[in-house]
Amino acid sequence: MPDQLLFAMEVTLNGLMAGVLYALVALGFVLIFKASGIFNYAQGVMALFAALTLVGIMDGQVPFAHLINAVFGTDIHHFGWHVPALLAIFLTMVVMVALAWAVQRFIFRHLVNQEPILLFMATIGLAFVMEGVGDIMWGADIKKLDVGLPQGINEWIDITTFEAFGYGFFIDNLDISATIVAIILVAALIAFSQYTKQGRALRAVADDHQAALSVGISLNFIWILVWSIAGFVALVAGIMWGAKSGVQFSLSLIALKALPVLMLGGFTSIPGAIIGGLIIGVGEKLFEFLIGPMVGGATENWFAYVLALLFLVFRPQGLFGEKIIERV
Amino acid sequence: MFYREAGDFSTTYSQDSQTFPIKFDRYRYYVVLAVAFLVVPFFINDYWANAVFVPFLIYAIAAIGLNILTGYCGQVSLGTGGFMAVGAYACYKLMTGFPDVSIVIHVLLSGGITAAVVTLFGLPSLRIKGFYLAVATLAAQFFLVWLFNKVSWFYNYSASGQISAPERSVFGVIVTGPNTEAWAKYLICLVFVTFCAIVARNLTRGSVGRKWMAIRDMDIAAEIIGVNPMAAKLTAFMVSGFFVGIAGALFFAVYLGAAEANDSFGIDKSFLVLFMVIIGGLGSIFGSFAGAAFMVLLPVLLKNVLVGGLGWPTDLAAHLQFIISGSLIIIFLIMEPHGLAQLWRLAKEKLRLWPFPH
Amino acid sequence: MKLLSMTVAAVMAASPVMADLVFPSLSYRTGPYAANGIPFADGYEDYFTLLNERDGGIGGVPVRVIECETGYNAEKGIECYEATKGEGALVYQPLSTATTYQMIPKATADGIPVHSMGYGRTSAKNGAVFSNIFNYPANYWDGASHAINHILDVNGGDISGKKIALVYHNSAYGKEPIRTLEELSKKHGYELMPVAVDHPGQEQKSQWLQIRQQRPDYVLMWGWGVMNQVAIQEAANIRYNMENFIGIWWSGSENDVLPAGAGADGYKALTFHNIGRDYPLYDDLQKYVVDAGKAAGAGDQVGTVLYNRGMYAAMLAAEAAKTAQELSGNADITPAEMRAGMEALEMTEAKMAALGLPNFGPEFKVSCENHGGNGLGAVKQWDASAGEWSLITGYEASDQDVIGPLVEEDSAAFAAESGITPSC
Repeated sequence: MPDQLLFAMEVTLNGLMAGVLYALVALGFVLIFKASGIFNYAQGVMALFAALTLVGIMDGQVPFAHLINAVFGTDIHHFGWHVPALLAIFLTMVVMVALAWAVQRFIFRHLVNQEPILLFMATIGLAFVMEGVGDIMWGADIKKLDVGLPQGINEWIDITTFEAFGYGFFIDNLDISATIVAIILVAALIAFSQYTKQGRALRAVADDHQAALSVGISLNFIWILVWSIAGFVALVAGIMWGAKSGVQFSLSLIALKALPVLMLGGFTSIPGAIIGGLIIGVGEKLFEFLIGPMVGGATENWFAYVLALLFLVFRPQGLFGEKIIERV
Repeated sequence: MFYREAGDFSTTYSQDSQTFPIKFDRYRYYVVLAVAFLVVPFFINDYWANAVFVPFLIYAIAAIGLNILTGYCGQVSLGTGGFMAVGAYACYKLMTGFPDVSIVIHVLLSGGITAAVVTLFGLPSLRIKGFYLAVATLAAQFFLVWLFNKVSWFYNYSASGQISAPERSVFGVIVTGPNTEAWAKYLICLVFVTFCAIVARNLTRGSVGRKWMAIRDMDIAAEIIGVNPMAAKLTAFMVSGFFVGIAGALFFAVYLGAAEANDSFGIDKSFLVLFMVIIGGLGSIFGSFAGAAFMVLLPVLLKNVLVGGLGWPTDLAAHLQFIISGSLIIIFLIMEPHGLAQLWRLAKEKLRLWPFPH
Repeated sequence: MKLLSMTVAAVMAASPVMADLVFPSLSYRTGPYAANGIPFADGYEDYFTLLNERDGGIGGVPVRVIECETGYNAEKGIECYEATKGEGALVYQPLSTATTYQMIPKATADGIPVHSMGYGRTSAKNGAVFSNIFNYPANYWDGASHAINHILDVNGGDISGKKIALVYHNSAYGKEPIRTLEELSKKHGYELMPVAVDHPGQEQKSQWLQIRQQRPDYVLMWGWGVMNQVAIQEAANIRYNMENFIGIWWSGSENDVLPAGAGADGYKALTFHNIGRDYPLYDDLQKYVVDAGKAAGAGDQVGTVLYNRGMYAAMLAAEAAKTAQELSGNADITPAEMRAGMEALEMTEAKMAALGLPNFGPEFKVSCENHGGNGLGAVKQWDASAGEWSLITGYEASDQDVIGPLVEEDSAAFAAESGITPSC
């Protein structure tokens, strides 16, 4: 096979893998938007916050150490213990549930029935607060996150493809684990929403708030639940992205990678987020590979958006979005 | 007692339809203008101009622009930063391409160019709306910034991709470049703000503005009563782009003096201006000013209090600043979702009845 | 508004009236680049604290460091500049190429010197045009040349036909070396392959796949912030030979290599100052600053690469201030005198040894025509198992035959654009 074609195949495969990572972030958006109509811009910061908390707990960091030291003149940094990864993940989840409760109790309970744009703005405010709190709590330096995921080139794929085509494909082990985790996560989410009482309540709320209320579903509980699940998704996304680059502030910017995925997949569809992620991942990688060199590269930031935009012009409700029959 | 219509009779149609029909309001407006034009320039220094007044005035123009689009016509845009970059780069190309033409004309032309670009990016609004449109405008944001970074024609092939404003003057007074006096910067921005505010005010209360509001309130109903949604939406994008372009041009030429697309016109600019519009009040010219003042003053104030006043370490102060501004924004949205403009309206209402509330 | 003016008044009243030397520190301890900004700011501040505690300041006049948070944003940087220049600031170190560009005209108009050490506008080396801007001891174009020289050394002087990729941050900063590398490729006959990475650089899969497919012999990197960590991780993932991967000095801190673990072993980076904390000065620093609880920030950065760089910047500023005091005869110098001091600065081995920093940086001499020093630089390499950098070359010269004309050309363009008559 010609080299270019092999290269393109490799790029496509890697695009699919990158798409899974985008989809992981986009999932969190979809869950919250579906249940409460809130476009949660803070999802990226939640991923950062979750990853920071996870690393902090694993390394036994003292939360707010810098603030405490500055105020009381002490010099404390570490508790001096190391928490195993699984326990730390569990503890982080507890923190995220508490966060979900606080967000619901102190912010969105007071904003019920407001216009969507105000809710959106409130989540940006929330993002500011969480950025500040995260930094004060755990410090702004880069932290290495190691929960034992394999990383680096997958030997088996490299060798197999080399024997078959004479060119070994590069697939990152981390991406493979991310894909597996994403599949499990989506399966779990689907099982949860189909087969549990809370899951059914969740779908009822997503369908119609008032009808759900009138059959005795507590909106408050459902919203806390859905923010907690989004917190869990954020944690998974934070682990995956954090393993790549270390846990640091830039992690919050992955939200921007998820927005075109949402446009494409629709704000309300979980399969849409996955498929949208894959399309965006492959699309932007292939574009960078084919057209990028001609226009000077670094096209990925905008190409995803333009792709999604073009798609929307022809199919305004997105890939799997609920079709609203209305001519504008 | 204040703001009373009683005794304030209109005898002609033009009197009846003036911008400030209440006498007290009108005089207050003249006093504000007089103070802004005749008093402030004599007391302004470099720090106050650069940290407070000039950014406030320029952001006010941008906020008016976005308010026309979002507040009056209901189309949420997250591309303001990119659109400001269009104004800035247009202004740079015009300034370096035609050095003999007045900077005032360049700024207005930059507004025009931006209007054309924004209208182009407004086309998807005919098909999509709501958050889909908001995210779609992000495409404009990222694409424009990339374009200005990548195509070296835009920055005259300089090695680093930075653009810097050459020295230009108006009536012999230097208004751009490093040797500009604080008062000159302030005055040129003030003139543009006044111009933009008057234009915006009159557009929004005229038939164009009423069409925008009809589209915002319910597009189907608007269409039925004879508003052409395409024309209304695209004019909103165009007018909005004109103001945002002027703001971008001034921001680069007068305020920054040098700029780089990603650094100066990134997505945080888009959010900042949107915040100004929301905090100030959607669909209000006064709100644009109030929102701009709030968002410009808040960080300066917090920084001065926390670092200067209390002597905190700068990083803690910066983090706290994040937390405080985030919380204030949330509290604001909860307490007064209609923004500062609504507070002002309520205050006027109270003042009208004061001191006899019944 | 009233509250604000009260606050400002309070700040004015609170500042001491006695003579002091003001060194503003435009730091960034927040935002995407905080991890790089913190150690630099700590080092910068700690050195001045040491001077105050040990020597009572510079020439008997205490030093006051005003820290101002910029978040690596040019706009906030300029706001900091405006806010602090009234306090009698002697020299600005913006630590951001974008901020430096915006500060150049302003600072020149205000007569305050700017020291952009290893960043900023490279052609500021030409002091005849950029009277107030200094970029000693080395600049990006020197850096590009150092990297090529190192590759030449490794290959016995012949690199024609080799392919060299440049992975760069798609901004003013990242684009700086391209011109020089293009000129050098004409001279040495290698093929340059620029690969842009957009801010912030969280996702670089396509760039590194491109490198894997094109198989360049060497990869140079002009990165900053999260881009560095991801690039090194991706390079390790595609099993690129780290020996052939060379970063600029801003892509060579512990932060950049640690997240990649053992994969980063052998990674090279340029530097213009020495590494580690094995210097007599650090004993003083430990005694007077760290143990006394006066260290800036969390105090956990001492001896890291960027901390050393911040300290080196402060040391050069302090030495320039001493030179200025000798020249003018005043202890309490003005920014104009500071400028003259910087222009007359000469760093010798004897001087550095006397400061307790033997062989810490290259020897250089600043003059009115040459604000950039001699452009000496070294290469260091990361040893992942020991967790430390080590210098693998001495301070070597850059190719001034290529860089000199480029500096001339760019500064002449700036002079023409802003109506400056070059003079010395």
